[in-house]
Amino acid sequence: MAEIQLKSLAHSYSKHPSGPEDYAIRQISHTWHKGGAYALLGPSGCGKSTMLNIISGLLAPSEGEVLFDDVRVNELSPKERNIAQVFQFPVIYDSMTVFQNLAFPLRNAGMAKDRIETKVNEVAEILELEAVLHRKARNLTADEKQKVSMGRGLVRDDVSAILFDEPLTVIDPQLKWKLRRKLKQIHEQFNITMVYVTHDQLEASTFADKIAVMYDGQIVQFGTPRELFERPNHTFVGYFIGSPGMNLVAVERCEEGVRFNGMTVKLGAGLQSLLEQSTSSNLKLGIRPEFIQLTTTPSDDTFECDVTDIEDLGTYKIVSLTLGNQSIKARVDEDHAVAPGKIHAGFPRQWLKLYVDEFLIEEQTE
Amino acid sequence: MNKIPDNRAWWLVLPVFILVAFSALIPLMTVVNYSVQDIFGPNSAYFVGTDWFREVLQNENLQASLGRQFVFSAAVLLIEIPLGIGVALMMPTSGRRGSLCLILLAIPLLIPWNVVGTIWQIFGRGDIGLFGWALNEIGINYNYTGNTGDAWATVLLMDVWHWTPLVALLCYSGLRAIPEAFYQAAEIDRASRWAIFRYIQLPRLKSVLVIAVLLRFMDSFMIYTEPFVLTGGGPGSSTTFLSQTLTTMAIGQFDIGRAAAFSLVYFLIVLLVSWLFFTAITHLDKEK
Repeated sequence: MAEIQLKSLAHSYSKHPSGPEDYAIRQISHTWHKGGAYALLGPSGCGKSTMLNIISGLLAPSEGEVLFDDVRVNELSPKERNIAQVFQFPVIYDSMTVFQNLAFPLRNAGMAKDRIETKVNEVAEILELEAVLHRKARNLTADEKQKVSMGRGLVRDDVSAILFDEPLTVIDPQLKWKLRRKLKQIHEQFNITMVYVTHDQLEASTFADKIAVMYDGQIVQFGTPRELFERPNHTFVGYFIGSPGMNLVAVERCEEGVRFNGMTVKLGAGLQSLLEQSTSSNLKLGIRPEFIQLTTTPSDDTFECDVTDIEDLGTYKIVSLTLGNQSIKARVDEDHAVAPGKIHAGFPRQWLKLYVDEFLIEEQTE
Repeated sequence: MNKIPDNRAWWLVLPVFILVAFSALIPLMTVVNYSVQDIFGPNSAYFVGTDWFREVLQNENLQASLGRQFVFSAAVLLIEIPLGIGVALMMPTSGRRGSLCLILLAIPLLIPWNVVGTIWQIFGRGDIGLFGWALNEIGINYNYTGNTGDAWATVLLMDVWHWTPLVALLCYSGLRAIPEAFYQAAEIDRASRWAIFRYIQLPRLKSVLVIAVLLRFMDSFMIYTEPFVLTGGGPGSSTTFLSQTLTTMAIGQFDIGRAAAFSLVYFLIVLLVSWLFFTAITHLDKEK
C-alpha cells in the first residue's frame, strides 16, 4: 500500500505540444492517500484513463512527477511499482484456465504454490467464479471474463494500489451493483488504496469515500459526494453531478450585486468585495434544483416564474420554469402540489453560488 | 418458404467438378493407372496389381532416400520455425526500420529456386566463393562437393536462408494482430519476457504456426531444385532426396511403373504427415 502523489503532472500524446489543447492532462497536483477508496469521475475523453495509465506506469508523463510514498517512480515499470490495474474491456489469457489466469500475477511474483492456491480460491469465492475455476477462460461469458480480469487485480494483497478503469462497463446492471458492493467489501477487508475511474456519478458515490471530478485534463474538485453536491467548486461539477444538474445563469455586475434580465440578486458584502477583485465578465449564478423553493405567495425574496413543464418521476417532480428568458429546473417533493401557470421561486442565499470564470468564489466561513 | 427438390441443380456443380478433374483427378488417375501395369509399348501393357508397390517399398535405395528426406525435413522445421519466431520477435514494430526489415526479409523469397541453388553453389566454392573461401581461410576445411557433412550443412543453410523469412513474415503478421491491451495487462501482472512469450504471444501465434509448419514441411519434403543445382545429390547419394530419386527413376531410367507406384506412396506420406501435424497442433489445448 502506498500514498500516491502527483506533482504538477501534465501529459500530451503529441511529441511537440503547441498549446494547452494538445494536452490530455494539464497540470494536476493531487494526492491519493494510503488505504482510501477513491473515484475519478468525468466525461469521456477528459483524461481519466491517461491519468490511470500514468499512475500505473504504462505511460510516462510528459511533465511532472509521480511519487509513491514520497519516492519518485516516474522511471519504474508497473512491475516495480507493484500496482494492479483492471481495464475497461476484459483481458484474459485465453490459453489458460480461470485458475491459471488468477494465479498468473502471483506465479510471476514467485509465490509458493499452496499460498497461490489459497489466494486464488479466496478471490474466486468472492467473485463467485468457483464453478468455472477449471474451465478454459476463453469459453466464458463477457461478465465472467471481466470478473476474471478483476480477480487478477484482487488476488494481489500486497499491491501499492488497485486501479479500476471503468471495470463494469461490460457487466449487466444487476451484477454491476453486486460487484460494486464486493469491491467495497474487499476494500474494507484489506484496506488497499483503490482508484476507480467512471463516468457514472452513482457508481462513483456508491464506491468511493472521496471523488475527484476531472474535466478537460484537470481535477476541478476533490471531495466527498456531499461536498460535490452542496459546494460544487466549478460550474462543470455543478452541471455534471446531480440529476438534473445545477441551474447556471449568466449574470452581469451591478451596484448591489449581480443582475440578469433586469432582475437584481443582492450579494453579501463579503462576496461583493471578492467579486470586485476580479475584472472578468464571465459570471454565473448557480443553484441546485433541489434548493429552489416554490410558493404561490410572492414575497421580497421571490421571483415570478412561468411553469412550462412538470415531470413526475414517481418519488419527486422536476418542474421546468422560465424566469425572464432563462429556463430553470426545480426539483420538488412528490406531494408538493404544482400547478401550471405563474409561480414564485425563492433562491435561498446559502445555496446560491457565484462563479467567476467557471470557478466558485465564496466568503470564508469559519 | 417451401423448398422444391430439383435434381437438375447438380448440374451447377459440374464446372467445379470439371476443373478439379483436370487439375487433380485425371493426372492423379494416370499415375494410378501406370502404377498397376507394366507397360512395354502402345499395345503391350500387363496388369501387375500391387507388384510395383511391394517392390518399391522394399527398394533399399528408396528407403535410404526416404530416411534422408525425413531427417532433412525434421532439421528444416526444427531450425526454421524457432528461428522464424525469433526473427519476428526482434523485428521493429513500425516505422521506416520496420518496413526496411520486411523488404530485406522478403528478398530471398523472390529468388527463383534454381537461382538460389546457383547462388549457393558459387558462394560455397573454395576458390571463387566468398563463403567457402572465407571458411577455408580461417582454417576450417570446408568442401561441400567432397565432404558429406559439409554438403548437408550447405543444403540446410541454403534452405534456412531461403525459407526462414517466410516463417518470420507469417509470425510477424501474427504478432501484429495481438492487441496492445494484452501486453499492458501482462505488464501489470508482472509477467516476465518469457511469460509474455509463453502465455500471450505463442498461443496467439498458433494459427499462423500451423500454416508455417505445414508449408515448410510440405515444401521441404518435396525439395528438388536447390540441392539438385547445388550438389547434384552428392557426394555419392548423401544429399539425394526423395524427389530427385523419383525423377531419376521416372525420367532417367524410364521406369514408369515403379516411379508411379512410388509417387503415390510419396503423396500419401505427405498427406499423412500434414494431417498429423494439423491435428496435433489444433487439438493441443482443446478443453478436456
